[in-house]
Amino acid sequence: MSIGMEQLFWLYSIFVILLFICGTYCILATFNLIRALIGIEILIKAATLLIIVAGYITKNMALAQAIVITLIVIEVVFMVVASGIILGLFRHHNTIDTRKLKDLKG
Amino acid sequence: MTIDYILLTILLLAVIWTVMTIRLIRAVVGLAIVSVIVSIIMFRLSSDLAAVFELSVCAGLISVIFITTISFTSRVSKERLRIRRKERLSKFWALPIIIIAAIIILSRYHPSLNIMLTHAVPEPDVRKVLWNMRHIDLMGQVIILLVGVFGVVVLFKEGRK
Amino acid sequence: MLSALILVPFLVIIFLNLPLKGLRKLAFPTAAGLSLLQIIFAAFYPALFWDIQRDFLSTFFNFRFSFDAFSQMMLIAIGLVLFVSLFVARFTILDELKRFYFVNLLLLAFIGMNATVMMQDLFSLYLFLEVTAIASFIMISIHKDKLGLEGAFKYLLLSAFATVLMLSSIALMLLFSPSLNFAVIKAVVMGSPGSFIIKLSIGLFLCGLLIKSGLFPFHWWLPDAYSAAPSAASVFLAGIVTKTVGVYVLMRLFISFFGYVGYLQQVLMFIGALSIITGALLAMAQSDFKRMLAYSSISQVGYIILATGCATPLAFAAAAFHLFNHANFKSLLFVNAACVEKRLGTTNMQEMGGLGAKMPVTSITSIIAMLSTAGIPPFSGFWSKFLIVLALYAAGNYFYAGLALLASILTLAYLLTLQRKVFFGQLKAGLEGIREVGPGLITPQVVLALVIIFVGIFFPVVLHNFILPLQNIFIK
Repeated sequence: MSIGMEQLFWLYSIFVILLFICGTYCILATFNLIRALIGIEILIKAATLLIIVAGYITKNMALAQAIVITLIVIEVVFMVVASGIILGLFRHHNTIDTRKLKDLKG
Repeated sequence: MTIDYILLTILLLAVIWTVMTIRLIRAVVGLAIVSVIVSIIMFRLSSDLAAVFELSVCAGLISVIFITTISFTSRVSKERLRIRRKERLSKFWALPIIIIAAIIILSRYHPSLNIMLTHAVPEPDVRKVLWNMRHIDLMGQVIILLVGVFGVVVLFKEGRK
Repeated sequence: MLSALILVPFLVIIFLNLPLKGLRKLAFPTAAGLSLLQIIFAAFYPALFWDIQRDFLSTFFNFRFSFDAFSQMMLIAIGLVLFVSLFVARFTILDELKRFYFVNLLLLAFIGMNATVMMQDLFSLYLFLEVTAIASFIMISIHKDKLGLEGAFKYLLLSAFATVLMLSSIALMLLFSPSLNFAVIKAVVMGSPGSFIIKLSIGLFLCGLLIKSGLFPFHWWLPDAYSAAPSAASVFLAGIVTKTVGVYVLMRLFISFFGYVGYLQQVLMFIGALSIITGALLAMAQSDFKRMLAYSSISQVGYIILATGCATPLAFAAAAFHLFNHANFKSLLFVNAACVEKRLGTTNMQEMGGLGAKMPVTSITSIIAMLSTAGIPPFSGFWSKFLIVLALYAAGNYFYAGLALLASILTLAYLLTLQRKVFFGQLKAGLEGIREVGPGLITPQVVLALVIIFVGIFFPVVLHNFILPLQNIFIK
């Protein structure tokens, strides 16, 4: 395997790791449920990028693209259901601030 | 290679802006921009079908879903914005510092990854792979869309008392 | 005919949702019949080894399903818990429309789990895992009450984390394997054992699965999700969903291609032991019926993981058998909680007492479930725990074997506390008017209790037909 490909992979991996850090930070450091969803989205995009890059390097683009297409469908349904739950929470409490949603003790 | 560097840097900046911005609508716009840049990167890496899918679905549909949810749930007044601005600065200043530290640490570290090239020649065309070899994935997509439909019906309807 | 397990429920769902009159009333009997059919089909299907079945549908659909003794046992468990949850849903969810949607979601999760236990491709496995998970989120929040929505959101958040970990692992696996079929990945892993990327990808996937099974240290979403869900969803969730999408997949991947490298064994056994202890200790401190059962679930799943880490054929068979038994007695305990909640309107144990005289069937079945959980002969739980301790002892892990034995005493302790608080003792004021639940809710309890008793008494038959084949799967 050529050095160019390995450098390319490492370059993309660095940015994917950085995206993971940003996404996790977004989920952990926010009090707003919708921002937590945005954090999850960023994490899933990072995983998508990693899948595509891995497929590109091993010339297995067909499988990687098939995975990504299915993954996007899963992601959309997940977001719709999560938004529905947030909407329901809002109708009860009139707020989506997690500091005010302390009904369940961990 | 320079195009790669530029695209990835813009991606990182867009993600940091999305995480750190104060207004929620701007965060959603940031997410759409991130989707567009990921789609461009995927197009450069010769996965055009997946790039188009990502562009149309993530940068379009998911942004619409988010904006719908936000319009139903957020009521921000100027007072709250001021409070948020103070809170945001006090909490999110750590993120750029963490990112810069991570960049410095990671760029010094060069592992030899030992990635083996596979021996079998895989099927080159996405359409053939998806439609001939992965029928179970297509079935799964249909089923998950059905789950999504039930989710919308159950969760989004206002209850009649 | 394996594709029928996926396609028939799918067609049933489409049929039930056609805009014709009177179809809504058919939902419950159709689904119940489907689950019974699955139990009968799976129990009598002749299959011992992991091979690919060709059926006539393969001319149209290229579904590659596989079936072996482990899948067979899981299919029976899935059918059984679905049957029970249908009855609980029929008689605890009073709004007809909601009940119809709930049955549909149960069938969708059923399809997801059937496909998961028969799958041979890693990404398709993940896809149907997500189907089951998303259906569970909607089921937990079907009443749209405060607690349900909050529990669903916590579960959703942790599940998303697990998803991302598993996806990253799949991406790394694309680097070293041309396809995501189990056999192909196994060949690659065996071919180059010490590679960093292989270890990293296996580790990431394992972390994702640990989150999904609710093991220590990622167990804190489980009590919230189980106790906040409506009764029917709790039964289904605790009985089979967590077990299939978490524990079954973990065991299947371990024997398929993870391989038992030395330190992985130690990690698994350690996590299992910690889960047993944490679950048991925290269960003793609970005052809510369902939360105590949730912590008890964490503890029992710890037993399964402890036995899986032990890496001998007997230990694997014991772990799989305990998985089946756990689906049984935990579902029974949750159905008991559902009955108590239906009559009393609360699950807070401080407000209960002396229900044994008023609700005899519930009380007797809960005693049976409790004795089986604690591992008292002649119930089924005794045999599976005995086999686990025996396997641990035979493999030389004396410390863990002793720990498993001691933890049985802890289990007995908190379950006796449960019994004392809820069913024995003085009848609390205000509870005089409580009657037993109707025949609709007695049926699932009796069915599950009978299964526990029969599996326990006819253990030699079970041993010959199910446990020995399970050992044969374990090819190291």
